[in-house]
Amino acid sequence: MDKKPIYFDHAATTPLCKEALDKMLPYMTEVFGNPNSQHYYGRESVKAVDEARDGIAKIINCKPNELYFTSGGTEGDNWAMRGIAHAHKNKGKHLIISPIEHAAMIVTAKSLVKEGFEVDFMKVDEEGFVDLKHLKSIIRDDTIFVGCMMANNEVGTIEPIKQIAEIAHAHGAVMFTDAVQAAGVLKIDVKELGVDMMSMSAHKIYGPKGVGALYIRNGLKVESILTGGHQERMKRGGTTNVAGIVGFYEAFKIANRDIDKNFEYVSSLRDRFIDRILSEVPFVKLNGPRENRLPANADFSFKFIEGESILFSLDLAGIAVSSGSACSSGSLEPSHVLLALGLPDELAHGSIRFSFGKHNTVEEVDYAVDTIKSAVQRLREMSPLFKAEGEIKYV
Amino acid sequence: MYNEKVMEVFKNPKNVGEIENPDGIGTVGNASCGDIMQISLRIVDNVIVDAKFKTFGCAAAIATSSTATEMIKGMTVEEALKVTNKKVVETLGGLPSQKLHCSVLAEEGIKKAIEDYLSKQKKEA
Repeated sequence: MDKKPIYFDHAATTPLCKEALDKMLPYMTEVFGNPNSQHYYGRESVKAVDEARDGIAKIINCKPNELYFTSGGTEGDNWAMRGIAHAHKNKGKHLIISPIEHAAMIVTAKSLVKEGFEVDFMKVDEEGFVDLKHLKSIIRDDTIFVGCMMANNEVGTIEPIKQIAEIAHAHGAVMFTDAVQAAGVLKIDVKELGVDMMSMSAHKIYGPKGVGALYIRNGLKVESILTGGHQERMKRGGTTNVAGIVGFYEAFKIANRDIDKNFEYVSSLRDRFIDRILSEVPFVKLNGPRENRLPANADFSFKFIEGESILFSLDLAGIAVSSGSACSSGSLEPSHVLLALGLPDELAHGSIRFSFGKHNTVEEVDYAVDTIKSAVQRLREMSPLFKAEGEIKYV
Repeated sequence: MYNEKVMEVFKNPKNVGEIENPDGIGTVGNASCGDIMQISLRIVDNVIVDAKFKTFGCAAAIATSSTATEMIKGMTVEEALKVTNKKVVETLGGLPSQKLHCSVLAEEGIKKAIEDYLSKQKKEA
């Protein structure tokens, strides 16, 4: 291929921005000191980490000592859920999460159940919004933890975190939100939202991979999961990822500086794409809502065909996307998110997620729509289900 | 994850479609596991003269459908019954391990279509 494929998978990861790269480079070579070292080199690194901590804390409206740098979203999610479970088990052993959480939460929940904890799932409606009434009906006085992502990575639903936090707090539970898809995309004020903990990741917002942060409200007891040295005020062992943290801060700063501009531009691409697909491709279903949706996200189920074969058809045509089908993940179950939204297996298998970024263009969106139309038609002509249900209506 | 041969066959599959008034037809798989394959056959004097498929499934399922139908054309019914998913995968130059189950569908689809043919033969006899 002469030209690089169009990248519509920004919810998976984003390219590192030049500004972040430039800031990071000296911290890999000249300013290489371990922040734990007492000497000059150590002190220079500490300065950079402190500056990043102060800056990120200010943006999300917390104190610098409430922010702990991590390796990213998975670590933050694991730490929050397991750390609260272990530190608060004397108060209760009941935890509640949404059924559309990232695997970092779902799998942690399963492992806590094996340890003797009890985990319930709050219901979501067909667009992925948490059912607050249901949450109220299952929360108990021995519920120690309520976890819900701020915005879903697959279908883009932006959750009513503030209301969920109020319900959690009314029962004395800790409120955690996974803001991996939201941080740097939506304006976040942790105090205003009322969350006690929040995980973030750098690489979703043009920062480096392998770095993120967990906000932990001061005074909250949380057990560590990475035990070791004195890093992160004794709460998180492991040599500080100085360059990563510097890059995270730079990317986060830029993302927040441009937050309105990016939101408007990226959601205009998304809306153009969604409108065209809905009007030009028959037998499609938009998964997730039209309103209160991440600006970058469009997720469709294409009836009668399977997601992985769509993914590779688009890949061959120079468009990079991801799929919620089982076949692309190597498991036999399709996306747990789509199943939680009530999609039948066949539609869950036929889903494709498009996630746009600030470098994408209207031309790319239009090319993608045209390509999708022919790819979908080609696969439908191969599908035994299409003939059974669609032949008459689809000409 | 897929080799070039698999991608090439996926891009340009052979024998897509359905034979009208087939001598044998079989559908295997189900939507919950994400793969459904329909094989239809034209059989003259015990020889498979034409084979077509329709598949709902991943790239591996489509590529194995194409390759399997291509392999059995010209075979006798008995020969075609001996075509294993392993042979189909070998012809494609291998599949990722988590995709091997897709190739089983091709073998099962051929067997089911031939069984349909044989049961029709019995009825006629």
